[in-house]
Amino acid sequence: MCLGVPARVMSVVGTSATVEVGGARREISVLLLEEVREGDWVILHAGFAISKLSPEEAQRTLQYLREISDAAEIH
Amino acid sequence: MTGEKILLSHGEGGKRTRELIRKIIAKRFENPILSPLFDSGLLGRLDGEIAFTTDGYVVTPAIFPGGDIGRLAVCGTLNDLSVCGARPVAISCALILEEGFPVQMLETILDSMKAAAAEGNVVVACGDTKVVEKGSADGIFITTSGVGIASDGWRPAPENVRPGDRIVLTGTMGDHQAAVLIARNRLELAAEILSDVAPLSSMLLDVLSAFGGSVRFMRDPTRGGVGVSLNEMAESSRVRIVLDESRLPVAEAVRGICEILGFDPIYLANEGKALLIVDGKSADPIVETLRKTRYGRNATVIGEVTDGSPGVLMKTVIGGLRAVDYPVGDQLPRIC
Amino acid sequence: MQLKYIDEFRDPGLARRVVDSIRTLWGDRPPMRLMEVCGTHTVSIARGGIRPLLDGAVTMVSGPGCPVCVTPDGYIDAAIGLGKRPGTVIATFGDMLRVPGSFSSLEKERGQGIDVRILYSPLDAVEIAAGSPEKEVVFLGVGFETTAPSIAGAILSATERKMKNFSVLSSVRTIPLAMEVLVSDPEVRIEGFLCPAHVSTIIGSDAYLPLAKKFGVPCVVAGFEPLDILYGIYLLLRQKKRGVAAVENEYSRVATPSGNRKALDIIAKVFRECDIAWRGIGVLPRTGLAIAESYAAFDAQRKFGVEIPFAEEKTACRCGDVLKGKITPRECPLFGKACTPGEPYGPCMVSSEGTCAAYYKYGVQ
Repeated sequence: MCLGVPARVMSVVGTSATVEVGGARREISVLLLEEVREGDWVILHAGFAISKLSPEEAQRTLQYLREISDAAEIH
Repeated sequence: MTGEKILLSHGEGGKRTRELIRKIIAKRFENPILSPLFDSGLLGRLDGEIAFTTDGYVVTPAIFPGGDIGRLAVCGTLNDLSVCGARPVAISCALILEEGFPVQMLETILDSMKAAAAEGNVVVACGDTKVVEKGSADGIFITTSGVGIASDGWRPAPENVRPGDRIVLTGTMGDHQAAVLIARNRLELAAEILSDVAPLSSMLLDVLSAFGGSVRFMRDPTRGGVGVSLNEMAESSRVRIVLDESRLPVAEAVRGICEILGFDPIYLANEGKALLIVDGKSADPIVETLRKTRYGRNATVIGEVTDGSPGVLMKTVIGGLRAVDYPVGDQLPRIC
Repeated sequence: MQLKYIDEFRDPGLARRVVDSIRTLWGDRPPMRLMEVCGTHTVSIARGGIRPLLDGAVTMVSGPGCPVCVTPDGYIDAAIGLGKRPGTVIATFGDMLRVPGSFSSLEKERGQGIDVRILYSPLDAVEIAAGSPEKEVVFLGVGFETTAPSIAGAILSATERKMKNFSVLSSVRTIPLAMEVLVSDPEVRIEGFLCPAHVSTIIGSDAYLPLAKKFGVPCVVAGFEPLDILYGIYLLLRQKKRGVAAVENEYSRVATPSGNRKALDIIAKVFRECDIAWRGIGVLPRTGLAIAESYAAFDAQRKFGVEIPFAEEKTACRCGDVLKGKITPRECPLFGKACTPGEPYGPCMVSSEGTCAAYYKYGVQ
């Protein structure tokens, strides 16, 4: 029920921001976030940024994925 | 030319109509067949099997990044002839203009048609112009019909499609529909996407002359995109087609739009692409040949014909399998 | 051509290996019965072709997390009724356009003259109202907690701009209590929940702690990409194998334990909890969000005196049982016959993420 896509913040003006998804850009509301800066990654849903996305956590999750796969191979 | 807008009197057959046709329309398409302005264009004797096609064009906005309704109207009809192996000979151009349509825009569109016809090596042999009351048409509607000569020895042969054949797509999916969507500006999206509208006659006819025997069947995936065209092809040939999701060519910006709106690029319209079902062994050489052409740079093999009940399936990026069915109507921006 | 934070989670090599790990972990045990609550998960699973990959280890049961599917006929009827008022614009997400009400749909009514506008964001509806002061704009506010803050944001914007011609017909529902109802239903038999990514982003993964504790059911919040889903399923199987019932968060790059505080505050400001009907399930207490008193001017129900009856549903429709996971779409006698995406009998087939639509469109026979 929640199509949300990772988008990069290109600029912020008040509660509006311009974000980009692979070259497609839109002006959206960042009313729901505390503090947003150019370069941040957010999740875009229905014209609003509903959360930030943490690049570090993303890497961590991918690392866990690699680890469980590797563990399976050891068995 | 009186004023800057098309008036009802421009369509009434009198002085204004003659002025419009001679000074604005026919002047641009000047050629020996059209110029006498007879009630019909006389094409002379045509040697070979005649192919005939027609299409109506109603796209809004009339002008969009990468093209306009005029280019679309010419290329769409040329491509319908080309995918049937026919060399385009002549097209017709029937315009329906809404009262108040800007003459300057009409001139831009006609210039576009002239350029596309020249590129596609075809003459505009005849035409018609009508003007309807404000509100009765959306700016401009164009209908083009096309006549071509079918290649000796090649006809579309869906009945020859067999397991082992492979599917070639001549370039990226969804560019046209994505460009028009952005141009409509109802969704407030911006992206550098150009419609792919292009005449494919020389590209496809060259492939047929080099590889004729290996090409079973071709289509141009317009409304409904590759998804619909492949389903139609699978149905005509009663075969199973399996696509490889990781090989589907989609431009990054088009992917971005699709992710935001929840669209599947496989169902987006294309206006400068062709699907070819070819003999398995010829697929790679055909792709190589296409990649050397202007409109086939991103040509790629996207799937194959296999045994099994008719339909279209897709091997997903992660190795799963899903069906690719006919969509129901146009895709709509969704939140779910 | 890589879309960042999307394509990495669709890596085919990694996916294959995660599937192998799942098989190794689970071995020959009978399949674990998992519910993916959220319609977006249902579609992602279908589009990724995941079900056949995990056949035998996992039985995925689709839940009612499709806001369109659980919106009763009466809501569509009410929307159509409002649309017929002169000078009214019905602004809606695309998802609602083809959903059948008791007698018609917005799409069919658009053909008959109702002004229906499809938009991407609730804020676009506010703009339409601002640009057409002579029109009355009613936005169909359908969704769960993911969308609630956006709908609230639109109402706040309209308040700030002192608009008189904008209102929302609310059909917002909340998830955790509905999950409790499902897990308590012995006919549904859920052994684990794959929790929604973006609802959890708003409400926080901690929201599922009472559920896990009270019912001993493992809960994993998972993202929507194929690797997220596979990893989420892996974690659920691992919990079950260890005899544990905890809440884990696979989608840690976005969702947090406490959720989006600011969004929750905005929801609390603009909405109030209420009882609401879920199509096919019935009235679930305290699972609805109605517009609060202070924003009554933007509540289409109060503004226009509209009732949303829990209308008598077409008796042959089995959407309710599908939504609760009691039957699979193929077990519904209407599936593929009287009910297809082109001629849908019920919302599960016409919704972009309806369970039946997903099976029909993507399922391989």
